[in-house]
Amino acid sequence: MIDKQVASLADAVADVADGATVMIGGFGTAGLPNELVGALLEQGAKGLTVVNNNAGNGDTGLAALLAAGRVRKIVCSFPRQTDSHHFDALYRAGRIELELVPQGNLAERIRAAGAGIGGFFTPTGYGTELAKGKETREIGGRMYVFESPLHADVAFIKAERGDRWGNLTYRMTARNFGPVMAMAAKTTVATVHEVVALGSLDPEAVVTPGIFVQRIVKIDRVATSAGGFKA
Amino acid sequence: MTVRKWTRAEMAALVAADIPDGAVVNLGIGLPTLVANHLPAGREVVLHSENGVIGMGPAPQVGEEDYDLINAGKQPVTLLPGGSFFHHADSFAMMRGGHLDVCVLGAFQVAANGDLANWHTGAADAIPAVGGAMDLAIGAKKTYVMMEHTTKTGETKIVERCSYPLTGIGCVARVYSDLAVIDVTAAGLVVREMAEGLSFDALQALTGAALMEKRT
Repeated sequence: MIDKQVASLADAVADVADGATVMIGGFGTAGLPNELVGALLEQGAKGLTVVNNNAGNGDTGLAALLAAGRVRKIVCSFPRQTDSHHFDALYRAGRIELELVPQGNLAERIRAAGAGIGGFFTPTGYGTELAKGKETREIGGRMYVFESPLHADVAFIKAERGDRWGNLTYRMTARNFGPVMAMAAKTTVATVHEVVALGSLDPEAVVTPGIFVQRIVKIDRVATSAGGFKA
Repeated sequence: MTVRKWTRAEMAALVAADIPDGAVVNLGIGLPTLVANHLPAGREVVLHSENGVIGMGPAPQVGEEDYDLINAGKQPVTLLPGGSFFHHADSFAMMRGGHLDVCVLGAFQVAANGDLANWHTGAADAIPAVGGAMDLAIGAKKTYVMMEHTTKTGETKIVERCSYPLTGIGCVARVYSDLAVIDVTAAGLVVREMAEGLSFDALQALTGAALMEKRT
């Protein structure tokens, strides 16, 4: 019998190795799997490469992982936020490597990895600092930049409902990077607010089919807090 | 005659008036967000946000905020009937694939050839952050810029060549400043409209690239 449910957050992250590449879903605070990131902080893995749209909010979740010195490199599109003080301090001290990627290229690089694509040509970033040193090509009269796929050892994502096969649905804009990150990692761990019986998710409404998910953990629903903007 | 600069609300109203019925639009963070408040009644305009929502409605009532439903500025929004959610790769496919009609962005500088600089000052201690700016700049059918005509210290923001790091090359179609509305054309910058009391020569004096008067 297939049962991807894992009893605890600690069990779900137990095998994350030092030096692993970890994708963390979420945009702002929506879809941020802070419970899994908290468990990873407890677990102690270090020298991590983290892929996330941002670089931590406030003092919890990814920000706490950064503050604890566990992250060697971050791949993201928008590190600078009003509440990204832990990243800011590490970056200014030269204690973290930053690979800055335009947001759409970040999403597509992750998708490409999950889809088995060896890279792609995109018009985004052509002629800018972020395309420096990259292969370019004229296609149909327009200039494009070559971008490579972005793989991960593990992906942490926050979904809404799941079943024992790992089929997932999401909640509103908390979906964001979840579906593509689930495809791009060797091991995808999803938290869900509700585990439902196999067959009770509407098959027409499943967003991430279970083939992309290795572990699900049920967590209690806590209202998503505000973050990442100037009130 | 004294010059009466357009207020931020007036600038937003000028942009909004140029957005046609049925258009799908992405409004950038900051000043462009104000455009949503000025869309003329009776015009159905669909708002897209790159974090995975189309058909965005206004901000929720106080107390009704749900931070699982936010815009690219991470502010709470609402969903209108017909709206939908999708993942990030699809969201940027909407942009890069040329499905958006209009995108309105803020800017540090716009060059006479339509180059845009709006993501990084290049200052040594600045932490670079690009977000979706580069994807937005080149993705929509029309990219409009909304910005003050000059910096707080009086320097021109419309220039021959951008000195700040570029966001996109030749991507800006029109600039809405607090002094004028200017089209970026193959022939150069063409002034469509000016604030009350402003002469073409006075506008030219405040602009770092050659302007042309609109031939009517």
